[in-house]
Amino acid sequence: MISLTSPVETRAHGWAAGGKLGALCGATVVLFAVDAPVAHLAFLAGTLALYALPGGAFLRAGLGRLWLLWPFVGLIVLWHVFTADLAAGLVIAMRMLTAVGLANLVTMTTRLTDMMAVVRWLLTPLRRFGVNTRAVELAMAMVIRFTPVLGQKGHLLALAWRARARRRLSWRIVTPFAVLAIDDAEHLAEALRARGGI
Amino acid sequence: MERNLTMIALFAALIAALGLIPKFTLGFGVPITAQTLGVMLCGTVLGARRGALAVLLFVALVALGLPLLAGGRGGLGVFASPTVGFLVGFPVAAFVTGWIMGQWRSAPVGLVAGVASVIGGVLVLYVFGIFGMMMTLNKTAPEAALLVTAFIPGDLIKAVLAGFITAGLAKARPASLLSRA
Repeated sequence: MISLTSPVETRAHGWAAGGKLGALCGATVVLFAVDAPVAHLAFLAGTLALYALPGGAFLRAGLGRLWLLWPFVGLIVLWHVFTADLAAGLVIAMRMLTAVGLANLVTMTTRLTDMMAVVRWLLTPLRRFGVNTRAVELAMAMVIRFTPVLGQKGHLLALAWRARARRRLSWRIVTPFAVLAIDDAEHLAEALRARGGI
Repeated sequence: MERNLTMIALFAALIAALGLIPKFTLGFGVPITAQTLGVMLCGTVLGARRGALAVLLFVALVALGLPLLAGGRGGLGVFASPTVGFLVGFPVAAFVTGWIMGQWRSAPVGLVAGVASVIGGVLVLYVFGIFGMMMTLNKTAPEAALLVTAFIPGDLIKAVLAGFITAGLAKARPASLLSRA
């Protein structure tokens, strides 16, 4: 499965994932603590500059992901035009764009394996309470493996529907789809037990 | 243990896969995405604890950077966006839905699943969703509620569908309805 990590190699790809996540937490706290419009303009400009550093392709990919927020930005600005408090609206919109932009930046520059290493580290203390952390990692791997498999099966179900029915795809397809997932889970459990269990 | 694990993992994958299949339409031509339906099904089929764990697994993988949300969205950015409340509320919604399924055993499965989905998958989920909007958009609770009201009818329909689908699953695979086990 394709992850959201950017294929454009940046210097930040080599930095420790834990450090980047810590910095993101700190930055988000600052963003919500500051209310001055000028400061938020500077934060947003700084974030865009970070996106521009690795080059045009990276910047375009990053802006494309931020574009999803336009309904919220439009709504907030309109709302505050009507309440005659545009400055506050712009602060909210800029804060949202910067917070999401920085978070996306961490996702775009951190490989899935590095993120998994952080999760493993975070889960370690739970072992003392008897939590089987290997099972958690196995479950994550299974979701990554079986999402495209189920997606493919769902696609085939949709094709079969279209071959037989003149009406458009309806919610009724979800029942056989869930049955397929349940059957896969039962087979998988049997296979795991046959190999000595977890 | 193995069965619990694979059911949790496969239902997390099912939520993701429901975002991959082509959008389907309701009787009167309204297209809906099925991912919240997947969250409700986790509760009605797997029960409170397992259902919540399956949804938590899904949300965790979104946070790690997998594009599992409908439209290929994912990554840490969605946890800073105005819809964060819904994402954080997903596991709780599944838990409440599953808990009601486990407690109320006297009525037919489909009816209980539908009511449980309305309470867990709509009522509880929207409390989280509205709170998320309040935080990110700096709005009061009524203002934030106003922003999401447009989506409530669609989700109520999904809750009713979750009831029908759960009743179908109870007939097709009765042994796998862990919420009533």
